[in-house]
Amino acid sequence: MSATLSYIKKNSPIHKLTGSTKFIFFLVWSLAAMITYDTRVLVGMFLLGVVFFRMSKLTWKDIRFAVLFMVWLIALNLIALFLFSPEQGVGIYGTRTEIVHLFWRYSIIAEEMFYLFNFMMKYLAVIPAALLFILTTDPSEFAASLNKIGVSYKVGYSVAIALRYIPDIQRDFREISQAQQARGIDLSKKDKMVDRLKNSAAILFPLVLSSLDRIEVISNAMELRGFGKNKKRTWIVERPFKKADYVAIGIAVCAMVISMLFIFLNGGRFYNPFV
Amino acid sequence: MEKKSNITIKSIVAIGIGAALFFVAGRFIALPSPVPNTTMNIQYGILSVFSIIFGPFVGVLAGFIGHTLIDLTWGSPWWSWIIASAVFGLIVGLVKKKIDIENGVFGKKEIILFNVTQVIAHAICWIVIASVLDVVIYQEAFSKLVMQSLTAWALNSVTTGVVGTALLFAYAKTRTKAGSLQKED
Repeated sequence: MSATLSYIKKNSPIHKLTGSTKFIFFLVWSLAAMITYDTRVLVGMFLLGVVFFRMSKLTWKDIRFAVLFMVWLIALNLIALFLFSPEQGVGIYGTRTEIVHLFWRYSIIAEEMFYLFNFMMKYLAVIPAALLFILTTDPSEFAASLNKIGVSYKVGYSVAIALRYIPDIQRDFREISQAQQARGIDLSKKDKMVDRLKNSAAILFPLVLSSLDRIEVISNAMELRGFGKNKKRTWIVERPFKKADYVAIGIAVCAMVISMLFIFLNGGRFYNPFV
Repeated sequence: MEKKSNITIKSIVAIGIGAALFFVAGRFIALPSPVPNTTMNIQYGILSVFSIIFGPFVGVLAGFIGHTLIDLTWGSPWWSWIIASAVFGLIVGLVKKKIDIENGVFGKKEIILFNVTQVIAHAICWIVIASVLDVVIYQEAFSKLVMQSLTAWALNSVTTGVVGTALLFAYAKTRTKAGSLQKED
């Protein structure tokens, strides 16, 4: 499961921020990257994200797989965008500067390349913030963070339950799968397509039905302990905001303001160097 | 006891477990598909089951949380598709009242209703919502989105139809029908 990103405990200024701070930062940051298409803003956000990442003492090894996978996804997207609409950039920037003609309707056009570069930057600008949020936030702090930004604590509790039971359901899945294999159900590629589908059902059914049973058990346990009786609740992991938390949120808000300011200055979401 | 009709303890737990199952199914269970090197997304089948059993409120949040968690463990959330997943859970949940699954009723009529709903829901989510949001947020080319959304719609409808129907059928069998006891002579 090394491919899955999860919390890595370290002692760094980023880790010391509260979960709420990191969550708000991530939300505002990704919203800022979402609304703008301005190259300068996006590149700036990406570089700043890398700086924050360095501050967190996380290593390249921690994120290598995730980053390579994202790069692969972005590359696929870029190729698809180019294949399906090689002139998209021309429509956006209003000019057409052909560099090399390739074949049929495909050419290397400066505007299109610039558009694709921006598309890529839009993702790259968010990735460091998202990675920081996942890798430096203790999952048990998450429900408290959601509650703090105004989400009902009951919904926050749903998220906490999801995080709590993912490992359990994964373990169930493995156990059921091994039990069925011991009974002679083949899931490897040696079997025929139709049989493999049928065999997958032999795992899926017990998994889903046992999960539905689990809902009864958990909700009864919570009911017995009086969950949801009051409108508010306290959290054992909640920490008060410190100076660094206000600074971090301030930075995210600045990014948002700058992002909107540039939309206003450019008279649109795109920065157009071609005019 | 004061209690809002939709936020019961059971629905809170169902959202959490539903999201966790959605996550595990989307992330680790890869069903083989006829096209080489591709796998089918069975998580929508599972989500539709949760929507039918627990209703739209559970569906929308389980879809949203589950999909966000999947995306976060890959590195970056793709909001347009996350929202589409959430809306799928919502729309399927709207027919909960028409399908009395708790009393084990899941016959021909219910199967048809369920499948028509899920195909329409997938169409709304992938062809309309995901595409519109991709254009608004990412300014993607329209022709690429047409191909992408039609593929997603077709694949997801088929897997949801197969997995969702089978799971609901199995679940209905575990429930006791109303009036199923008969007095012996």
